[in-house]
Amino acid sequence: MTLRVRWGTVAIAAVPLTALVLFFVYPVVGMLARGLWPDGSLDLGAVTEVLGRPRTHRVLWFTVWSAGVATLVSVLAGLPVAFVLHRLRFPGRDLLRALVVVPFVLPTVVVGVAFRQLIAPSGPLGSLGLDGTATAIVAALVFFNISVVVRTVGAFWEAIDTRREEAAAVLGASPWQVFRTVTLPALVPGIVSAASVVFLFCATSFGVVLTMGGLRYSNVETEIYLLTTQELDLTGAAALSILQLVVITALLVLAARVRRSPGPVDRTTKRLPRPRLRQLPVLLWAGLVIVFLMAPLASLLSASLRQGDTWGLDNYRALGTTGAHNALLVPATTGLANSLQIAMVATVIALVLGSCVAFLVSRPGGGRPMGVLDGVFMLPLGVSAVTVGFGFLITLDKPPLDLRESALLIPIAQAMVALPLVVRTLAPVLRSVDDRQRQAAASLGAGPLRVLLTVDVPVAWRALIAAAGFAFAVSLGEFGATSFLARDDNPTLPVVIYRLIGHPGAENFGMAMAASVVLAATTAVVMFAVQRLRVASVGAF
Amino acid sequence: MRSRLLPTVLSTLLLATALAGCGSDSKESPKTLVVATHDSWAMSKSVLAKFKAETGITVKVRPQGDAGELTNKLVLTKDSPLADGVYGIDNTFASRAVDAGILTAYDAKELPSSAEQYRLTGDAKDDLTPIDYGDVCVNVDDSWFAKKNLTPPKTLDDLAKPAYKGLFVTPGATTSSPGLAFLLATIAAKGDGWQDYWKQLMANDTKITAGWTDAYEVDFTAGGGNGDRPIVTSYSSSPPFTIPKGATEPTTSALLDTCFRQVEYAGVLKGSDNPAGMKKFIDFMVGQDFQEALPDNMYVYPVDSTVKLPADWASYAPVSPHPYSVDPSAVTKNRTTWLREWRDVTSQ
Repeated sequence: MTLRVRWGTVAIAAVPLTALVLFFVYPVVGMLARGLWPDGSLDLGAVTEVLGRPRTHRVLWFTVWSAGVATLVSVLAGLPVAFVLHRLRFPGRDLLRALVVVPFVLPTVVVGVAFRQLIAPSGPLGSLGLDGTATAIVAALVFFNISVVVRTVGAFWEAIDTRREEAAAVLGASPWQVFRTVTLPALVPGIVSAASVVFLFCATSFGVVLTMGGLRYSNVETEIYLLTTQELDLTGAAALSILQLVVITALLVLAARVRRSPGPVDRTTKRLPRPRLRQLPVLLWAGLVIVFLMAPLASLLSASLRQGDTWGLDNYRALGTTGAHNALLVPATTGLANSLQIAMVATVIALVLGSCVAFLVSRPGGGRPMGVLDGVFMLPLGVSAVTVGFGFLITLDKPPLDLRESALLIPIAQAMVALPLVVRTLAPVLRSVDDRQRQAAASLGAGPLRVLLTVDVPVAWRALIAAAGFAFAVSLGEFGATSFLARDDNPTLPVVIYRLIGHPGAENFGMAMAASVVLAATTAVVMFAVQRLRVASVGAF
Repeated sequence: MRSRLLPTVLSTLLLATALAGCGSDSKESPKTLVVATHDSWAMSKSVLAKFKAETGITVKVRPQGDAGELTNKLVLTKDSPLADGVYGIDNTFASRAVDAGILTAYDAKELPSSAEQYRLTGDAKDDLTPIDYGDVCVNVDDSWFAKKNLTPPKTLDDLAKPAYKGLFVTPGATTSSPGLAFLLATIAAKGDGWQDYWKQLMANDTKITAGWTDAYEVDFTAGGGNGDRPIVTSYSSSPPFTIPKGATEPTTSALLDTCFRQVEYAGVLKGSDNPAGMKKFIDFMVGQDFQEALPDNMYVYPVDSTVKLPADWASYAPVSPHPYSVDPSAVTKNRTTWLREWRDVTSQ
């Protein structure tokens, strides 16, 4: 029995590991090798020279502190929203849940422009003097990442049994005491999970830093981008990529130490309560955060409905065309169709691989190897998209792995980005299943499949659907890797938007705004549908 | 045991399809031609259909980023080229491509005589064929200046004058290709004094953004964001885009004494599967049909000066009579130093 289980473990681990090696490790190593062995000999002197530059130290420091602050703020802002949207019942909740995810998928170039239009000296918030400051960078990072906190922590929060909290309350604890002593400790694994993902996203964001910082600030990612795409200084880029890997590995090790399993939790399927008056502070807090998330969306919407001084749907009608002065190669609507198709394939890949990983890392008694496995699949989030993208081009170029011309290249690249989110959503929920339930089922004669279906799946089902929605959203909005790989005959909607906004002319700008609203609406509809589907399916168990 | 097999089987199938999928279309038949381009590539279908009718070759275009990214990708993939040919390497990156030895020489048949002035010099003469050019110029919002009853600036020196303090926005030279072109214009104009000039610009509250989009669509008064700076670095071909609906004249104009000329080239890649096809395509690109279609599709000027420009271009998008230029090999040699110095001057 033990032997069979081990073999099963190996088989399940082999699939995602193979994918990771082929589509992440191999390209990254290929790219690093170009930088470190420029003429066939290892050039460590050049690497130490790069790492010794005062500029490198400045860049590293900015990366760490901007991502750290943005992560902290995202968690503080996201927790109350996670509570309100996942532990309360009120009309319109599902719609709000769907809308909150939207910022996450918007192309950075659009959010950058929308944000800057608000805070530029000529904008409505111009008097705050935020344009081009580090505060603006952090605010934009927070805007993108709050939904990661809301969804990851929310899925976790939903699965927590309320009876312990009720018991504490009955014993006389104030709501704050209940939160601090019962809820928060139970939430820690979910929060650490979310925070590490957010930190990785922030530390590797480059569009936001470039657009909002106006060249005053650089992080490691923008530096790698410039060294690789403009200066062709591969040694410098490789040195920084290694630095990035070291920092991120250290972070993941730290996170794994903090993140301890909360232990088994009993579950009820009680109806969620309605909001109560004494929750007003939390409700207000969450309300403010949601306003912060929706304000740029509203300004996008209004810009999309305007053409010159008149209002109307012209920009939306234009989406069926290739833009003014042939700005596009295919109509924007084709971009949308491509995006949906690619997102579906990417979601399937990410779910299959992610379920394998989550299943393995959540087994009790997995110990250190499983912890390492968990961390390893987070790495794609922490390594420069430029390094991975260029690595794809120089490594996946020979049969049997000549993928450069394959239509699957983009879905695969996006799935690698979505994979950690799938794992992060599924694993904590699976981990919270009491293993004694599985043992009980097994001793009653259930085979492993039956155990999985009757014990794990009913609990993980919600998280699985949430993960699917998230993976789909990531794929819809993914721009970094996609822009390095997109081919002209299948540009995704974000690529189309990027192209439109890069052309002069009011019509193209209006179209870019309209296309962004369509992208946002599509995401919201998908997330909303996933939610509906989930409610219906839960009844089946 | 069976339970664990299910995901395994599913994902193995998936990977298998992935691998099978790539096998099917990885080999281009000689009847297709893969051309790596910059992201600004646009060409009407009818023009490409004409090429197909003439030669039987279908052109597949693969945009690879801006001119810098495009060049660097091709240099990196030298041993296993991404495409058969390239279009879109400009004069600021041309000698990097030449030095890296990624190109095969080809002397285009019937290169228009007006294109001779844009050819590379020396041994590199035939490595790249000039196809089109564009001028990166400072643009001004004339309607803004008219409303304020102010005279718009005319020259690079004007931009540093107190009258125009806080009115100029330009994309950065390290992050943007028009930004780099503008830096090169100032280097060509000021020689060794270019750093002093940039100090004056910065003292005059010049704003630097990461990309053209940020500068034009957020900070420029005539862009999508109705910003507060009426002077911006853009192209000599930008003004016709600002002709309001129903009007006939643009609200902006380009300052023709501030321009840097960008020339874009095409070339055959070494190791190409279809060098003959790319040569035919280069001949086609310098031919009448393609040249005529360039302004409307890519907002650039054809190297063939006998080709007729669109009407609004003739009136509102003239090219600079005396553009600044810097020798391509000097750009490659000094790029890193210049950019580092520029970064130091502008970040103070």
